[in-house]
Amino acid sequence: MEVVTRKGRTLCFGRPAHILHWGSVGGKKEGEGPLAAQFDLLFQENSLGAPTWEQSESDLQRHCLDLTLKKAGLSPSDLDLVLGGDLQNQCTATAYTMAKLEIPFSGLYGACSTMAQSLSLASCLVSTGCASRAVAMTSSHFCAAERQYRTPLVYGGKRAPTAQWTATAAGCCLVADQPGGPAVASVTFGQVMDFGVTDINNMGAAMAPAAAKTLLTHFQDTGTKPEDFDAIYTGDLGVVGSRLLAQLMEKEGFSMENHRDCGTLLYDVSKQRVHAGASGAGCSASVLCAHVLPQLQAGILNRILFLSTGALMSQTTFLQGQSIPSIAHLVELRASDGKPS
Amino acid sequence: MNPTKEQYQQMVEKASPPSRVVQNCLWAFGVGGGICLLGEVLRQAYLAQGRTLTDASTLTSITLVALSTLFTCLGWYHKLAVHAGAGTLVPITGFANAVVSPAVEFRCEGFVPGVGCKMFLIAGPVIVYGLGASALWGVVYYLLRPLLY
Amino acid sequence: MTYLWAFLVGGALCVIGQLLIDYTSITPARVLVTFVVSGVVLSALGLYKPLVEFAGAGATVPIIGFGHLLAEGVRRSVDEMGLLGALMGGCIAASAGITASLVCGLLAAMFGSSKDQN
Repeated sequence: MEVVTRKGRTLCFGRPAHILHWGSVGGKKEGEGPLAAQFDLLFQENSLGAPTWEQSESDLQRHCLDLTLKKAGLSPSDLDLVLGGDLQNQCTATAYTMAKLEIPFSGLYGACSTMAQSLSLASCLVSTGCASRAVAMTSSHFCAAERQYRTPLVYGGKRAPTAQWTATAAGCCLVADQPGGPAVASVTFGQVMDFGVTDINNMGAAMAPAAAKTLLTHFQDTGTKPEDFDAIYTGDLGVVGSRLLAQLMEKEGFSMENHRDCGTLLYDVSKQRVHAGASGAGCSASVLCAHVLPQLQAGILNRILFLSTGALMSQTTFLQGQSIPSIAHLVELRASDGKPS
Repeated sequence: MNPTKEQYQQMVEKASPPSRVVQNCLWAFGVGGGICLLGEVLRQAYLAQGRTLTDASTLTSITLVALSTLFTCLGWYHKLAVHAGAGTLVPITGFANAVVSPAVEFRCEGFVPGVGCKMFLIAGPVIVYGLGASALWGVVYYLLRPLLY
Repeated sequence: MTYLWAFLVGGALCVIGQLLIDYTSITPARVLVTFVVSGVVLSALGLYKPLVEFAGAGATVPIIGFGHLLAEGVRRSVDEMGLLGALMGGCIAASAGITASLVCGLLAAMFGSSKDQN
């Protein structure tokens, strides 16, 4: 069997890489949400004792990587490559995490799409033999994102009902060329979409077309349809974006009944005052590792699609009046084939 | 995919929940009015001490700025603002909050580049355009004055 | 009675700000700039002073009153020293408020700390 078969833009792996172990770490609000019990590690204090919010995010990632390696009984030097990213300018949270470990690292920026981006790249490298053990890791921190993208934390402002709440969370997947754990069967890299949304408080709306485009590409390439999967998880479309995705897909003749959005799973949208739901690179990363992968491992889910969506604007392009470009990358995951990890 | 940017814009508008305008306005009215009422109580107290009208007004502003700073530092001001919206934004306490919050936030980037440069990050435009407009008005008033008297 | 009017007028000015935010989707910073410039214009036209006499702090505490303060200061300075007053009046009138905020900002930076909103 071919190592990789290209079907249109979709890469289907003949010898799929497996996610042997994974870890999820969350902060205070994540610990008050519906998925609290499924996280590996939760912090009551979002500072994690660090003097700046930026360092707190690096610490969050380090804890996530540490506990994943601990589960696998590996040390950092056993890894061939780490692919990771975060929301901070110049991707510094991950860089500072990696500065303490002497292993190859490639930093990625895909905004909130970074988890699917890093997981797809890691799977490509592992299933083609470029690496035998790679880690895909992503984080975001509410406070670090807030002071960088919006306003100082103690500044009094009211949020729009379409606004989303940046997750303080991290997720980490150990991808390896040995069996055990859910398999990455195929990946579809997305294209940048821009439907002219300029409202920075409505990211779900900006990202929904990118999610729809990547899904449509995958269905067309592989001849599948939504019903072929137990669930389709999107990253952080939130309430508004999910609604729009369903409408866009319906226009193309697909019903999205088995769609779940990590942005509406992480928090209780009606009770936790997060408006349209969660967002941030750590949202899809932590929901994947805390909620989705364990279900694949247990056989509750057999075949799913996981998409992370990212809004690719910056403070500067926003102030210059440019609309928000967005992207979505897709990973097809299948339940572990036998051997428990 | 089919929709044009214009069609998608319409879909977005339909899918996005509208602001709860009535509820927002009630909050803004109550909290904003409350802060102004507090201001009036202070002003009357200063007047009762025998201060002039101008001094009483200035002292009221300073007291409100100090209270807003305290509330901001305790983390209470933004909690109130989550509900009050313009009610905490429009009074002078909102101006003080806009000055104090970046000062606190960017302290970790040093007293000169952090606190010094970023203190007026949010409130700066108010001073720029307020003073700018007042200077313009000054010139207009200077030219019109001979005609007025 | 001034207490009631201070509450009602102050509240109403905040409601105008809230309506601007909700219906025009302009950012809070722009609301403040709009208010302060409106204050200068209304005061220049002689329309704001009666409101201050009537509602007291209800008219001076909202940021629109800051615009009024600037315009009044400029008018006084121009009366006293001519054209130079156009450049000095605003700062003189606003000096206490701005310096108080600045000093409070410095003190807060020394003794306060960033707070998580979660």
